[in-house]
Amino acid sequence: MSALPPDFADLEPFADWALPTEGARYGKRLDSTMDELEAFYDAAFPRLEAATAYLEQFGMDALPDDGKRLLWLFAALVTVSFPVEVWRQPRVPDSGASSIEAVAEPAV
Amino acid sequence: MPHFTKPAEGSWTEHYGIDTGPVSYEDSISPEHYELERDAIFRRTWLNVGRVEQVPRNGSYFTRELDAARTSVVVVRDMQGDVRAFHNICRHRGNKLVWNDDPREEVSGTCRQFTCKYHGWRYGLDGALTFVQQESEFFDLDKADFGLAPVRCEVWEGFVFVNLDDQDSTPVADYMGELGRGIAGYPFHEMTQVHRYRAEIGSNWKLFIDAFAEFYHAPVLHAKQSVADESRKLQGVGFEALAYDIDGPHSMVSSWGGMSPPKDLGMVKPIERKLRSGLFGPWDAPDIGIDELPPGLNPARHPAWGIDSFVFFPNFMLLVWKPNWYLTYHYWPTSYNTHIFEGTLYFVPPKNAYERLQQELAVVTFKEYALQDGNTLEATQTMLESRAVTEFPLNDQEVLLRHLHTTARRYVREHQERQKSTTPVRISAAS
Repeated sequence: MSALPPDFADLEPFADWALPTEGARYGKRLDSTMDELEAFYDAAFPRLEAATAYLEQFGMDALPDDGKRLLWLFAALVTVSFPVEVWRQPRVPDSGASSIEAVAEPAV
Repeated sequence: MPHFTKPAEGSWTEHYGIDTGPVSYEDSISPEHYELERDAIFRRTWLNVGRVEQVPRNGSYFTRELDAARTSVVVVRDMQGDVRAFHNICRHRGNKLVWNDDPREEVSGTCRQFTCKYHGWRYGLDGALTFVQQESEFFDLDKADFGLAPVRCEVWEGFVFVNLDDQDSTPVADYMGELGRGIAGYPFHEMTQVHRYRAEIGSNWKLFIDAFAEFYHAPVLHAKQSVADESRKLQGVGFEALAYDIDGPHSMVSSWGGMSPPKDLGMVKPIERKLRSGLFGPWDAPDIGIDELPPGLNPARHPAWGIDSFVFFPNFMLLVWKPNWYLTYHYWPTSYNTHIFEGTLYFVPPKNAYERLQQELAVVTFKEYALQDGNTLEATQTMLESRAVTEFPLNDQEVLLRHLHTTARRYVREHQERQKSTTPVRISAAS
């Protein structure tokens, strides 16, 4: 069974990035190598416009399950854009042991 | 040569009559001073504990741990629709009244009444004691005498405040002063899409306010957040605010914000170009139903305006951004060198997935910055505590820091003077 809408079958190998919370997406980023982050970024970034155009046919309150997963996957693209575009490492530089947790976020 | 006009005195600091000498951070590294602050500041000022959207219906409630003020409060919307607050303590034997698994953890929910886990005493949402288990076993117990202990609670522009000082009759709207009046009417209620972050920070609470009350650090500490050319340019220019204002214990800094949208798309990262969003928020501002900003926002009426940051004493910061969203910071002390930081981002609810991702990028960018700031603070606290150096020069762009520390020390001094004048002289039995 596919996790994402059929139009986005090319992103199925990265469907495990479709995580519903910012904390989980950030956790997966920290557990990944730069090669893994770049592979996901390179596959998803060119598909961003197509994905948001596809999702616009549904209201935010009426996203089907595979549409929700597609949105989470692109939220994860936002999360991995920092290491890929600027940091060159999964962690935020100069952040040491500090951590900050999302305690409330809107459900998708 | 300043880019933006300074007051006639030549500096903001002198304009507001604030001392320009080196400062001591003893007020941030002394356990004894912190103990004084708890009573002098946190039990004597209006504290923002949340928003009215957190108690949307009659019976909605949330709790707040106010360690610095030595209590826990429960905030509830009662059956008449009024927002009230009570000390979170059962009148029978002092058990904490509202909590789930872990009594130290804050909770929220909806209920028709509060029931104590210990012996089943029940209270209405107006605080009245309504049920006592085995009431006939008690001695002349009149339930009317054992309602929940109320805490003064008022709402300003949808922000819920409590004040533990029963002697002070100043309404919260007056306490917020000229700066509060200047932003009244801003449609905060339109921005109900909430992302809240929380972090345990290893520094005095004032030091994190210091970090967010000046932007002098931004081009340097966060240099790597920008593309390389832009980063070099920012460091070369440095930072100057459009305006500062100080009123009573509160203060504000108004800043430019050329990044929403940037003049040159080459200044920003690929994801920002694609999503038209970044640190300053989504570039496409949603309609919030006002033609003009309240007079207290962008007070210089500068076209390059980007953000206003208000420091409402003691521990509430409110940041209003040009593209119609806002951010709050709260700093809840847990000891002289630790506190809990909360950063909450408020947006107009997104109409579609693209807008949701624009907001996600602003949220995650905030988080990446906060991680760098949080880490720096722990290092600062440790070194200040070494007392290897005890005096520090602050520049004119750090005027809000001087004001915050001066104000906090004044509250402590006045508290000590009040105590001296009211403490009765003890006469020992031997004399």
